[in-house]
Amino acid sequence: MSGAGDLVLTLPLWAELLAAALLVVGAGFALVGSWALAKWRDPLRRLHGPSKATTLGVGCVLIASAGAFAVLGQPSLHEFLISLFLFITAPVSAHLVVKALLKLDPRLRPPAAPAPTDAASSFAGAGNATPH
Amino acid sequence: MILPALLPWVALAFVLALLFNAWRLLRGPGLPDRILALDTLYINALALLVVLGLMQGTKLFFEVAMLIGLLGFVGTVVLSKYLLHGDIVE
Repeated sequence: MSGAGDLVLTLPLWAELLAAALLVVGAGFALVGSWALAKWRDPLRRLHGPSKATTLGVGCVLIASAGAFAVLGQPSLHEFLISLFLFITAPVSAHLVVKALLKLDPRLRPPAAPAPTDAASSFAGAGNATPH
Repeated sequence: MILPALLPWVALAFVLALLFNAWRLLRGPGLPDRILALDTLYINALALLVVLGLMQGTKLFFEVAMLIGLLGFVGTVVLSKYLLHGDIVE
């Protein structure tokens, strides 16, 4: 790799340490998220990894890259846009997968909350509390 | 000095994450699990491209990463909607 590291070598030490820390944290979170996706046997438990851990890990990596290039004097809007897009869309993807799972197997739904029997025991007062 | 020595290990971590996702893609009993595995494959591939862009010192890969992110999300939404509104079970 002839061009490898040419740009990255000229980072000041504080920027390099910060980027290295963010990259390690990000890679760790993404690895744990994918490991959680591969490991769990319950389909609803498998959602925790990709929706939260992988999104956070990849967001950290993108922030590290954006910061490194910004310190070098080549700020690019792309990484911020990608990480913003990821933070918005990855949980939405997980939500849609949950809806598909619940449609295909309605037994997975949590049981409905029992109806409040007393006016004083419901949150919004008598006649207003309806269990979903 | 730190970053050029560290970046191959970060890339290796993402390659491992991709392998885990491929395992779930092949294994996952049922379609929603495979859709989720595919979406996570897209996201990890995006991150791997960003790391490769850092290793080579170029911003060229970010265009590709943005494309992968956008199209991956669109694909996931389309597949999930097809599962929700189509007749798959019968």
